[in-house]
Amino acid sequence: MSAAMNTDTNLQTNVTNVTKGAIRIEDVVKVYDPDGAAVMAVDHCSIDIPGGEICMIVGPSGCGKTTLLNAIAGFHGITSGEIYLDNELLCGPGKMQAEPGSDRIVVFQNGALFPWKSNLENVVFGPMMEGKLSKTVIYDKAIKMMADAGLGGTEHSFPGEVSSGLRRRVEIVRALMLEPKVLLFDEPYRALDSLTKSVMHEALLDIYYKNKVTIFFITHDLEEAIFLGHRLIIMSSRPCKPKKIVEVDIPHPRDYSVLTSPRFRELMEEAKGVVNEEAKKAFEAGEKEG
Amino acid sequence: MNITKLKDKVFSRAFFRGVIAISIFLIIWEVGARFESWYGYRVPWIGLIPAPSAVFESWGGLIGDPSYWMSWQMSFMRVLGGFFAAMILGIPFGLFMAVNRTFHDTAFPTFEILRPIPPLAWVPASIIFWPTAELSIAFVTFLGAFYTIVINVLGGAKSINKQYLQAAQSMGASQWDIFRRVVLPATLPSIVVGSAVGMGITWEVVVAAEMISGGGGSGGAGGGLGFFIWNSYVGGSYEQIVVGMISIGIAGYFSSEMLRNLGGFLTPWLKTR
Amino acid sequence: MNNASLQASEMTGMALTMYRISTWFKSPKPYLMLVGVGFLLAIWYLFVEVWQLPRFEDMPGLTEVVTEYFSPDPIYGLSVYTPEYYQHIGISLRRIAYAFFLATVLGVPLGLFLGWSKKFHEFIFPLFEVLRPIPILAWVPLAIIMFSGSETPVIFLTFLASFFATTLNTMLGVQSIDESYTRAARCLGANGWQTFRHVIVPGAMPYIFTGLQISIGVAWFSLVAGEMVSGQFGLGYVINTAYTMVTYPTIVIGMITLGVTGFITSTMVRMAGDFMMQWRVRELALGDN
Repeated sequence: MSAAMNTDTNLQTNVTNVTKGAIRIEDVVKVYDPDGAAVMAVDHCSIDIPGGEICMIVGPSGCGKTTLLNAIAGFHGITSGEIYLDNELLCGPGKMQAEPGSDRIVVFQNGALFPWKSNLENVVFGPMMEGKLSKTVIYDKAIKMMADAGLGGTEHSFPGEVSSGLRRRVEIVRALMLEPKVLLFDEPYRALDSLTKSVMHEALLDIYYKNKVTIFFITHDLEEAIFLGHRLIIMSSRPCKPKKIVEVDIPHPRDYSVLTSPRFRELMEEAKGVVNEEAKKAFEAGEKEG
Repeated sequence: MNITKLKDKVFSRAFFRGVIAISIFLIIWEVGARFESWYGYRVPWIGLIPAPSAVFESWGGLIGDPSYWMSWQMSFMRVLGGFFAAMILGIPFGLFMAVNRTFHDTAFPTFEILRPIPPLAWVPASIIFWPTAELSIAFVTFLGAFYTIVINVLGGAKSINKQYLQAAQSMGASQWDIFRRVVLPATLPSIVVGSAVGMGITWEVVVAAEMISGGGGSGGAGGGLGFFIWNSYVGGSYEQIVVGMISIGIAGYFSSEMLRNLGGFLTPWLKTR
Repeated sequence: MNNASLQASEMTGMALTMYRISTWFKSPKPYLMLVGVGFLLAIWYLFVEVWQLPRFEDMPGLTEVVTEYFSPDPIYGLSVYTPEYYQHIGISLRRIAYAFFLATVLGVPLGLFLGWSKKFHEFIFPLFEVLRPIPILAWVPLAIIMFSGSETPVIFLTFLASFFATTLNTMLGVQSIDESYTRAARCLGANGWQTFRHVIVPGAMPYIFTGLQISIGVAWFSLVAGEMVSGQFGLGYVINTAYTMVTYPTIVIGMITLGVTGFITSTMVRMAGDFMMQWRVRELALGDN
């Protein structure tokens, strides 16, 4: 499945035309169990993500990247600092935990498709819960979106019956049904083999080109990060703090030929040194993966 | 656990909520039981049983009575005896079935056919067979715990991650080594769980056996808390019935807790994460 | 996927069951099973009737039981030909049905709420845990005092045992649901009630049904005990009476019947579970991927 070669200039200028889905993380600190073990997971982290950008958060295992994601999603609160979505306060002084909502949807590491619902029933879940549109409209849209993503024919299978790669894609479509501003990915392809992974990457880009959302993508795989992202934010080991930002100026739309381009290799070199350094620190500290 | 943490836990909101619910329960019980003597109307069901205050009073009297504590001792000894017999036989049996496919396919169906027969149904056969009533109770108790322990051991052994076994093999471990150092520790958590559940069942069976053999007039062993309850019923001292019930509840909870702590001690690696 | 599992993944329902049965027959399993059971029967026969070993001589022998069981005019009154036999089975089954049904209808919702709402749990669970350790039979005298007649106490006891097991297992089931599912639901805009209905209840189903299988086993346990002590009619009563009247072969008949009916009811519960959770059956059939 290769990415559509779209010559739309909108896609080529990275992100300036899209205004929704901008995330601003300002001086966020997260300390777990403040009265007990007091583990600082996030240390004065500030990141600015423009709307529509694919922002790759790279760092060693256990450094606190997932904590940031969970804070944005609203699964737990922050200790201090602020997080804004399109200049609206998600969490901050007076409201230390955001509420989960359909404007920021998470795609989970081990997949969270409901095993007791068919793929189609999963996909229609969000709009059905919202209750604003009629059932026929929702189901029609779902079937169309699944077909667009190459999932036609799997509507009535259960998640437990299909491959994990396919499950990921269904999960992404499920999220997109609600037209969120931001998609939060928590190392979704970690458990897949590298062959399936490359297919997944191209599929994700394909979906991205058709639905402009901000993507906040956590990974520890450098190749994945450079291939997908507009920008890499390399985090230090725990407590996590942005250490280096790498701009990936390879133009979109991209396909797998990018992987062997010289620019790709250059960017890998640039990023690798920093990543390895932090990985070593985490390894020596014996950090457990989050 | 330090003192501040303990204090926090005891005086937490959760603790008080639990206390509130139990208190309401006791109040309803007390009022329901006493209602007839206050207002002349007998509340259905609750009106027939003794009130908590009467039970408590009765208990106060029993604490000084040595035969009451004898009952505790007898029940405890039966429970422990049957339980340990079940462990000593059940764990190897379960492990062997898990390890040896042929043995499993031969023995398991027979085991599964006998398992649905409630241990109590074995009581008459047990009494006929064993020379003393004490042994017949012990046998039935043993059966109760045996099934649970075997099932849990089997389940635990079957779910051992194959990679642990393969890792040991690739490091040159012998069959016995693998068994001793991989299979056994890996099954330990399931054994612990099985034991805790089995302990509960053992208490059920002991109490049942004590009541049946004492109350059914089949010339049985005396003593034990089950017998105490039955005797109190027959003798008309209803408050003692409830005392007995609560006593067994405490004893059962206490023994399960001890087992859980012992289990925690044997499997320290489970405490992390 | 090899050929066999490819076929399996396309089969459903009856065809899948037949496929599983045929593979089972081709393995050594059924024959070993017969060896095991035959071994047990052989020991029984030899110990009691042929060698007449010391402790075993008073026990009813295999041939004695078998002849009694299948005789049109049994010496002690119960065989597959007598209507009383089926009456006793029917009565026990009816009691189980009432008690189990009531325990499920009350226990599952209670367990679901105990697992779902922290507040509710904090109030109610301690009370539950204080009552649970009291062995079921310890309730017998109280049950006799509280309820009139001889049917209700027995059903009450059975209900109680089943209720505790069902509630506890349901609660544990809810607590075992991966939190990613509830989080995903919240992200997708589901409110509390919707999450409960679409995630908690279906997610806990596998655990609920495992709990129900345990629960029905526990129900039989209590029923037999209750019938032995205070009931009239029923299989527990049969066994106890056979013992006091010294009609020993009937004891064994009673035990065997209990084993078989217990097994059948447990299988029925499991099949109900499989039926309601088609997704799980198919997932398990295909293994992890």
